[in-house]
Amino acid sequence: MSKNEGEIRYLNPPSVEIKRDKYCRFEKYGIKFIDYKDPDYLLAFVNEQGKLLPRRLTGTSLKYQRKVAQAVKRARHLALMPYVSDLLK
Amino acid sequence: MRTAVFLYCVKKIKCLLLPSAFLAGEQIQNNQIIMNQYETVFILTPVLSEQQMKEAVKDYEKFIKTEGAKMVSKEDWGLRKLAYPIQKKSNGFYTLFEFQAEPSFVANLELKFKRDERVIRFLTVKMDKFHVEYAEKRRNKKKEVKA
Repeated sequence: MSKNEGEIRYLNPPSVEIKRDKYCRFEKYGIKFIDYKDPDYLLAFVNEQGKLLPRRLTGTSLKYQRKVAQAVKRARHLALMPYVSDLLK
Repeated sequence: MRTAVFLYCVKKIKCLLLPSAFLAGEQIQNNQIIMNQYETVFILTPVLSEQQMKEAVKDYEKFIKTEGAKMVSKEDWGLRKLAYPIQKKSNGFYTLFEFQAEPSFVANLELKFKRDERVIRFLTVKMDKFHVEYAEKRRNKKKEVKA
């Protein structure tokens, strides 16, 4: 028998992270229109390389995810946001 | 709702009884001018001097006014850095127009943009009701900041 009998040991450290419920910020705060002229705001929906983040990470509802995508694409066309980049944030 | 159903029935009956009269009615409906609200952002080359840039913007303003469209607002963003180079330029003069026009007018405007060498990028968007609301709010905010 080992010396540490009685002591509980884990193979992996138990996760202490509290799972927060995700929500769609547009539905919660009643934002109906997403502005493509505001690149600073759209930065929240894009990763470091300038790619769109999936819904499962941001919690946006499908309806507004489509609008976010539309807005980001418009911003890219007008050179307000880059198509490709590194270290955007 | 009821009236709509009633009108629909009337139309149907008319269509059955008097096809020619119905067609005439339809045409009048089609002739009514549909005005939509649009928003255009375009980028002018940084090669232009300040005055040339203002002239170009005035050109387009005049074009919008003369072609039966109604200007709602105009916004000048000045010289801005582009997120990526366009035609080997890294800066550009941004201008935002908001106007009411018929759908056919947009094609004319975009053709003019394409022919113009001073314009390096443009985007015209039809505004839905939420967009119009947002634009109004944005304008009011700007006014407050100025005042």
